[in-house]
Amino acid sequence: MNTIYFDNNATTRVADEVYEEMQPYFCRQYGNPSSMHTFGGQVGLQVREARERVARLLGCDPGEIIFASCGTESDSTAIHGTLEALPHRRKIITTRVEHPAVLAVCRDLESHGYTVVELGVDKLGRLDLSELEHQLDDETALVTIMSANNETGVIFPIEQIAQMVTSRGIVFHTDAVQVVGKIPLNLSKSPINLLSLSGHKLHAPKGVGVLYVKKGTRLAPFLLGGHQESGRRAGTENVPGIVGLGKACELALQHLDEENTRVKHLRDRLEERILRTCPDSRVNGDTESRLPNTTNISFEYVEGEAILLLLDRYGICASSGSACTSGSLEPSHVLRAMGVPFTAAHGSIRFSLSRYNTEEEVDFTIEKMPEIIRRLRELSPFVQSRAR
Amino acid sequence: MWEYTDKLKDYFFNPRNVGEVENPDGVGEVGSLACGDALRLTFKLDKDGRIADAKFKTFGCASAIATSSVLSREALEAAIANYRGGDKTKHEIEGNIVCTCFGVTDKEIERVVRENDLTTVEQVTNYCKAGGGCGGCHGEIEKIIERVQGEKVKEQRLPPPRKGGKLTTIQKIQLIQQTINEQVRPALRAHGGNIELIDVEGNKVLIAFRGMCAQCKISEFTMREVVEAKLREFVAPDLYVEEDTDGAGAPEGHEHRG
Repeated sequence: MNTIYFDNNATTRVADEVYEEMQPYFCRQYGNPSSMHTFGGQVGLQVREARERVARLLGCDPGEIIFASCGTESDSTAIHGTLEALPHRRKIITTRVEHPAVLAVCRDLESHGYTVVELGVDKLGRLDLSELEHQLDDETALVTIMSANNETGVIFPIEQIAQMVTSRGIVFHTDAVQVVGKIPLNLSKSPINLLSLSGHKLHAPKGVGVLYVKKGTRLAPFLLGGHQESGRRAGTENVPGIVGLGKACELALQHLDEENTRVKHLRDRLEERILRTCPDSRVNGDTESRLPNTTNISFEYVEGEAILLLLDRYGICASSGSACTSGSLEPSHVLRAMGVPFTAAHGSIRFSLSRYNTEEEVDFTIEKMPEIIRRLRELSPFVQSRAR
Repeated sequence: MWEYTDKLKDYFFNPRNVGEVENPDGVGEVGSLACGDALRLTFKLDKDGRIADAKFKTFGCASAIATSSVLSREALEAAIANYRGGDKTKHEIEGNIVCTCFGVTDKEIERVVRENDLTTVEQVTNYCKAGGGCGGCHGEIEKIIERVQGEKVKEQRLPPPRKGGKLTTIQKIQLIQQTINEQVRPALRAHGGNIELIDVEGNKVLIAFRGMCAQCKISEFTMREVVEAKLREFVAPDLYVEEDTDGAGAPEGHEHRG
């Protein structure tokens, strides 16, 4: 059975070109980039090259790139590092729909004497910028707001937010792991202070991430030790990962157009057909401002996990906001913050595509979906009570 | 990853007894859409009053559908025999049902709160489902948390912060902050409130109440009996507490939920 992978917001396949470029750095060119000898030093040149490639995708200076181990580390470093550098400010502003890598850190800080404000969203998942403006004050150390939501794909007006925040002298961080490689960025022209990205969301391997730190942003180091990353993140570099990420960023720059044309077209086709062939289904989130690869669809009267299991039988990989298996009954905190009714939140499925998906895969899924939903609805006690 | 057994998968992929019995002699419904699980069972009796036919419809995850699928005529007859039998296997509920959606008792809730040191209704729901349905029992769950955590605070305090002999101003402020974090805030959080240390001037400790505490009628009492008492116990006996009223205590300053 072929695997049809529509779960690219969770992780992506490593591009062949990336894998190829990484290979020499395991068994042959295994030197330490910090070494004085040529054997190690030449590896250092490759790390520098990778840094330049990442900077090109982000539109920033290579000196503003710090390599880390994952997106979560970048988020933690941004938040803790900022607060430590600004000890007299004790308020953090974030949103209710952040990834746990940000939300859990903020909520933990609250028990250490920080005031945390979590901004709400409307039913399309959009922020109210006037509420943000109202919350900005001299106590605020940091505003951390994701560039786009991982579950719904809704994009926040991050440039406008960054402008609003930084003009008040407040540090602005954005978790951009879902955006990098899908939306063009030019950080040299942007007021964003800190930005996190994760390699494995853009066809680089797992275990490598980046924190962008705009020149002039005060940030206390998170990992202490050696002088790697200009002393801002100690620890011997994950050379194969970094080289792979560099290549992945170069490829992402080449494929940006494709993401917003071919991939977007596939997503639209999948979404439009499913909505047409499956009654009582609806899209969650603002379709006007959304990542080109993501759709989050709710199927009323059926439960997400059951849908996933039936999709899995056909080799189709997707994900659900409903988390029965995690032991929690709560449907996703994102859909809940949007006020999606329980009837729809439990039956939500996220399809997230990549440039490796094909029209055949989309059509196969379109063909199977109505049958899966019909089958589960036959079992559902809620369908019977409606006039059919 | 799904770690379902082959038997469960079989019952999910090939459900038995699906549908509704026509003109049923009885209907059973449990759960709700809000919970994420709901079952509707219909059955027909024969002339001897035994189950002649039974069918189900279920909204829920794979395990919910598979377990409903097991409810055949034979299984129901066996369950009835078991219930009537009254022998040693008879299922008895200990305690009183608090969450009617999931049939969770006060004893069970007390146990999860105690064993896992839970302080919010949301946590209780995540541990034992109670309160995850209609939400009608949230008040009662809060009372249980209060009761259990109240006892616990008395029983086993956190190791007290080092009580200073002579403290520098910075040491004193740090100790006050630590005492508020460890000794005061958890109790207030259990009630949906919070507290912030604003300033320390000599022996005067300025604080502000947040969340539910900000509107609370007895916050004055909380300040004296809880905050001041703890600070005197753990930091210095001559401290006194005042609430910061320079507008900083406005409740909208804090919008954390659960």
